[in-house]
Amino acid sequence: MAKQYEFKAPVLPYILVLPQMVIVFIFFFWPAAQAVLQSFYLQDPFGGKMIFVGFQNYSKLLVDPDYWQSFSVSTAFALCITISAMTIALFLAIQANKKIRFASFYKTMLVWPYAVSTLVAGVIWLFLFNPNVGVIAYVLKHTFHVDWQYLLHFDQAFFLLTMAASWKQLAYNFVFFLAGLQSVPATLIEAAAIDGAGATKRFWKIIFPLLSPTTFYLLVMNLVYGFFETFPIVHSITQGAPGKSTGILVYKVWRDGVINLDLGSSAAQSVILMLMVIILTIFQFRFIERRVTY
Amino acid sequence: MTAQQRIDRAAHRAKAIRRLFPHVMLWIGIAIIVFPIYFIFSASSHTSAEIQAAPMPLGIGPHLIENYRQALFEGTKNMGTPVLVMMKNSLIMALGISVGKIVVSLLAAFAIVFFNFPLRNFCFWSIFITLMLPVEVRIMPTYKVISDLGMLNSYAGLILPMIVSATAVFLFRQFFMSIPREIAEASQIDGATPMQFFRHILTPMTRTPIAAMFVIQFIYGWNQYLWPLLITTKPEFYTLLIGINRMMSGADVQIEWQIAMATTLLAMLPPVVVVVVMQKQFIAGMTETEK
Repeated sequence: MAKQYEFKAPVLPYILVLPQMVIVFIFFFWPAAQAVLQSFYLQDPFGGKMIFVGFQNYSKLLVDPDYWQSFSVSTAFALCITISAMTIALFLAIQANKKIRFASFYKTMLVWPYAVSTLVAGVIWLFLFNPNVGVIAYVLKHTFHVDWQYLLHFDQAFFLLTMAASWKQLAYNFVFFLAGLQSVPATLIEAAAIDGAGATKRFWKIIFPLLSPTTFYLLVMNLVYGFFETFPIVHSITQGAPGKSTGILVYKVWRDGVINLDLGSSAAQSVILMLMVIILTIFQFRFIERRVTY
Repeated sequence: MTAQQRIDRAAHRAKAIRRLFPHVMLWIGIAIIVFPIYFIFSASSHTSAEIQAAPMPLGIGPHLIENYRQALFEGTKNMGTPVLVMMKNSLIMALGISVGKIVVSLLAAFAIVFFNFPLRNFCFWSIFITLMLPVEVRIMPTYKVISDLGMLNSYAGLILPMIVSATAVFLFRQFFMSIPREIAEASQIDGATPMQFFRHILTPMTRTPIAAMFVIQFIYGWNQYLWPLLITTKPEFYTLLIGINRMMSGADVQIEWQIAMATTLLAMLPPVVVVVVMQKQFIAGMTETEK
């Protein structure tokens, strides 16, 4: 880039980046720094008196069974969403990528739900599975005699949340898998077919390895989604019930901060979440860099 | 029937199955997507009593227009803000975020690619780091900043913290770097200022990535939930998604499901229309930015 032509202006570039930088500092760096700072203090919610407590907010979290419970349910949740959304989307993308009639109709029909918000996904499944009015809940109760009360049974709540969250994420995965499949050179597959490789073998030996950058990218994105972006689903469907058992980490930060006004603990939890995002992001970029030379 | 005929027939059948298989699977996929939405639509055409009496009728009832009229102009008993008001708020927020992001990111990417200034790398990395700080992980402190700035219950509060986008800056940067620099040089020789180059040459060339970004960011903005939930307490600033949440709070018997479901469908409509209409730009934008 050094030898490229560049405009010469001493002040103009600063004016150009100014809006972005102002927002970055006020709304990103400043709050992030505040979160770090706050996590070392105890603050009473009314007087605003701050007492320095060192790592106490963190150490309290680390011995809090509630926190570990939240951590493990978030992990299980993120993993279940990732696996189910990716598997189904990959399968559908393979079908839609075949040379069949109506292919573009199918693609549109499977792509548009990308626009459906996470909250709407939550509300839709909440309505279908509501024990009192839900159509599916009715069938479960009266046809299959299931004791369907997801606010009382953890496994039911977890299943419902996972289904709503995966359903919403199908389209996203579908778009990327389809793009990935379309970039696999047809000649390669034909050559393999001529050499006698069956469809299954062609998939596992050629298509799947070539798809691995997409798969890896989606793996990270789905985990990020499962961990951090599913707040609306939990907030609308279970609100952490039964008990606090489905209160995923982001939900817990929100509840401890906004509802319980335990600012120190909420800040410490935020900092831990930040570290998680940072690790995931670095992981992803490391891999992408390596992929370039692949 | 000869053996040969039998083999032919079996082969024929196998081929037919192989041909049908993807269609059947794709239809199942579409059913999984569409079937829940059908029930939402069906619910929005019944009365509250019909839904509460479970199971609700599965067809389309006669109260469709009445329910949508109530949703659009009146709201529910427990949430008196009409959908039209909330739709306006959602639209302002979504357009503010998408247009704001595009403008701010275009300017920043222009500076980073076309100028050499001492803090260039610093700016680039600062923007990069925002990728690692989603709202979800800095809920309370960001709330405090907004409240200190007096931006609770305001459009500025809804929009400003959302208009930083590392993704958009990356996309525009990548695109700008692929443009031959001779064009910039020639514009200078012809006496154009850098800003004239930006406005009359660079921005028109960037049409396609801008369109792609618009689709993605419009949907992103429209579907924001946690942020408006935190900073809007006055009903006149509720966005549609917050409104849906408010309609659904309270005991099951008090919920006017038919109105809530009508609102849910109305909340889905604008972003879905944007995706369907601009599908090509949207897919290109998604798969290019994110890698």
